Amino acid sequence: MRPEKIDWGRLASIIEKHRDEKSRLIPLLQDIQETFGYIPPKSIESVAEAMNLFPSQVQGVVSFYAGFSLKPKGKYVLRCCRGTACHVKGSRSILRVVEKELGINEGDTSPDYQFTLETVACLGACFLAPTMMVNRDYFGKLSPTKVTSILSEYRKDKEEQ
Amino acid sequence: MMEGTVEERLEALRETALGDFPGTDAGDETIIYVGTATCGRSSGSLEVVSAFEDSVKMLGIKARIIEVGCHGHCYAEPMAIVSKPGWPPIMYGYVTPNRVQSLMKRFFNDEDPALEWALGAMEENDLIPTVYETPRWAMEQRRLLKNCGAIDPENINHYIALGGYAGLANALNMEPSEIIEEMKKAGLRGLGGAGFVTGRKWYICRKVPQFPKYVICNADEGDPGAFMDRTILESDPHSVIEGMIIAGRAIGAESGYIYVRKEYPRAVSIMGKAVSQARELGLLGEDILGSRTCFDIKINQGAGAFVCGEETALMTSIEGKRGMPKPRPPYPANKGLWGNPTVINNVKTLASVSKILVHGSEEFASVGTENCRGTAVFALAGKIQNAGLVEVAFGTMLREVIFDIGGGTPPLIKTSQVAGEPSKPVKKKFKAVQIGGPSGGCLPDSLLDIPISFDTIMETGAIMGSGGMVVLDEDNCIVETSRYFLEFTQNESCGKCTFCRIGTKHMLNILTNITRGTGCMEDLDLLEELAATIKQGSLCNLGKTSPNPILTTLKYFREEYEAHILEARCPSLECKDLIAYYILPEKCQRACDACVGSCPTEAIYTRKDRLKAIDQEKCVKCACCIDACPAQYDAVIKISPICDLPESEPRDDTPSEEDKT
Repeated sequence: MRPEKIDWGRLASIIEKHRDEKSRLIPLLQDIQETFGYIPPKSIESVAEAMNLFPSQVQGVVSFYAGFSLKPKGKYVLRCCRGTACHVKGSRSILRVVEKELGINEGDTSPDYQFTLETVACLGACFLAPTMMVNRDYFGKLSPTKVTSILSEYRKDKEEQ
Repeated sequence: MMEGTVEERLEALRETALGDFPGTDAGDETIIYVGTATCGRSSGSLEVVSAFEDSVKMLGIKARIIEVGCHGHCYAEPMAIVSKPGWPPIMYGYVTPNRVQSLMKRFFNDEDPALEWALGAMEENDLIPTVYETPRWAMEQRRLLKNCGAIDPENINHYIALGGYAGLANALNMEPSEIIEEMKKAGLRGLGGAGFVTGRKWYICRKVPQFPKYVICNADEGDPGAFMDRTILESDPHSVIEGMIIAGRAIGAESGYIYVRKEYPRAVSIMGKAVSQARELGLLGEDILGSRTCFDIKINQGAGAFVCGEETALMTSIEGKRGMPKPRPPYPANKGLWGNPTVINNVKTLASVSKILVHGSEEFASVGTENCRGTAVFALAGKIQNAGLVEVAFGTMLREVIFDIGGGTPPLIKTSQVAGEPSKPVKKKFKAVQIGGPSGGCLPDSLLDIPISFDTIMETGAIMGSGGMVVLDEDNCIVETSRYFLEFTQNESCGKCTFCRIGTKHMLNILTNITRGTGCMEDLDLLEELAATIKQGSLCNLGKTSPNPILTTLKYFREEYEAHILEARCPSLECKDLIAYYILPEKCQRACDACVGSCPTEAIYTRKDRLKAIDQEKCVKCACCIDACPAQYDAVIKISPICDLPESEPRDDTPSEEDKT
């Protein structure tokens, strides 16, 4: 998912969809995040205008929540769980293995926009600790070797394309 | 359009529902239930479902496969129940697609239910012991989790067939004040952690003469280590919806919000489906069951901020702002969402409501302690054998939950390299249980003999919180665990209050120093002082309770802190800066090379006497060599403090035989 040019028409239709809702700003931003994979910084002004807010207010909300990103994300978003149960079962070394395998640090996206590495407070799958999520799929009871094989599956996917 | 009284309309719905629910009497049809909540899915239950489908087709039997929620026995996922005519329903655990094939063949071709894979029968019978005889089930009291795993959460008819929405029907025939009275009599307390009496909260909100009012379901389960709300949303969504409608009727609200974490995509989609199904049947919307009561629900997804689990922050987040807490009072019951009176309850509290109205407050209050009525749901995780959800009556001993139901620490089996040699399971020693997430505390073994209630746990310095219990064993360092929690709260602090924002940062720095062996004894006093200031100077409970993990560990595990500071020793051998890896020469075998290949940094070399040793300069302390060393040698150990490390032996510089030739 290399960042393409922003489809302004699509953005306008998303904004239109949420215009009449009462608690609309966060659902609107979530919709943009979902559609584009990130909140294009340039879209903030149009959002603010439509919602009758200052751009700084919108920017404030975007930067407050971990669920919004101003940078485009990779095709696969890896979320390593850093919950308590995962922590006591060694999630720190799992995170380190993932960082080493992908060659990126937590919070970064690989230059080819294939992978983004994030950490998350808890995935709520503590019985599978240590866990991680790749997009919407859960992987549990991880070990360094298991991580390596999971990642190579996703890499293979890239080569096939 | 339906006609008649509330009861008549619900009866009509139930009749249709019963036709859609296999229940106990399914005729000659086999019913297969597979748990496909998040826990099942992440263990591969969707593959199990398709394996069942294939087997049913191949064997040509008449069967229906139903995807249900989670039983709470997450350790045994994927789980399936096979209910074959002429047999009691049998529950199977650790199901795999391969196992499904042979199980189905044996059961249907040879009338052999493959009992070695079964956890037990779900009904009394003469052939197979039931699951209810195992300690895990026998000690539990399932009320909130009763429907979890028994019904298809995506089919409202299953819920109605099992008596769902009967509580609502009763509520619609009661005066709002009677509903509140019934809640008060039941003694239901908020199960989100604070334990405020629900009936009182509703009463206060009802008294405020301002409209509109709102009901909010707090499903922003952010505490790491807690997943019971997720399970209820995914497995029994209508119990929450029903509770919200009843709350709405009690306080006079006509709209409600469910605020769910975005990290729970499955819960969001199931709730969405449940709300629209309820709307279709006239259980939500205008004129519910012909009673003129109106109520509708909207689902809001969180955007990834832990602090939004705090009620005032949650409401500002719904309003579309930065989710920062506000001072209380005014409490939400007086001035909540958009400045209107709002009742905000946790998922479990709302799920309890309809049960009280169906079975009566006396039945509800019949279990528990004097001040805490009913049951509590805990999520067991960490170093525990039977991880999953447990529902016990208040007053059950903490030790029973962890050791009898949870099974204690799990047996570790080290794989042996020599074929035929039995592997030896070892149980690590229990060290502490962490209750209540980042706001809670660590309790040692000596404190496990307390009956569970909001007050007894509070006395120890921990809190009930959302009910997450993470078990630590002897390999987990207490100082490191405290540091971890502070790192968490520090990260999640919204930044509004100086003491929380900067105080936690200072505490984190001090703890990090201690785990690196660079702390001093004065640090411990400073930690206590900072903790007291943060408690006083923070607005919301995220800040107020953030020092709890440190205070409890300082109280119960002070000697571990002192070992780090005074001896540069980590008693649990976890803090990387204070340990070194060492290969015991007396145990190492010359012929074995297992560790050499496992080391990612090539730190292991061969000594003059052909034994292996570790180059401490190169070692990154990843523990790969410990895992690689065969169980019968068990030669790699961790040493702390590092100064105890024996002097290293020189390398073998003589070229090997191959090199000579």
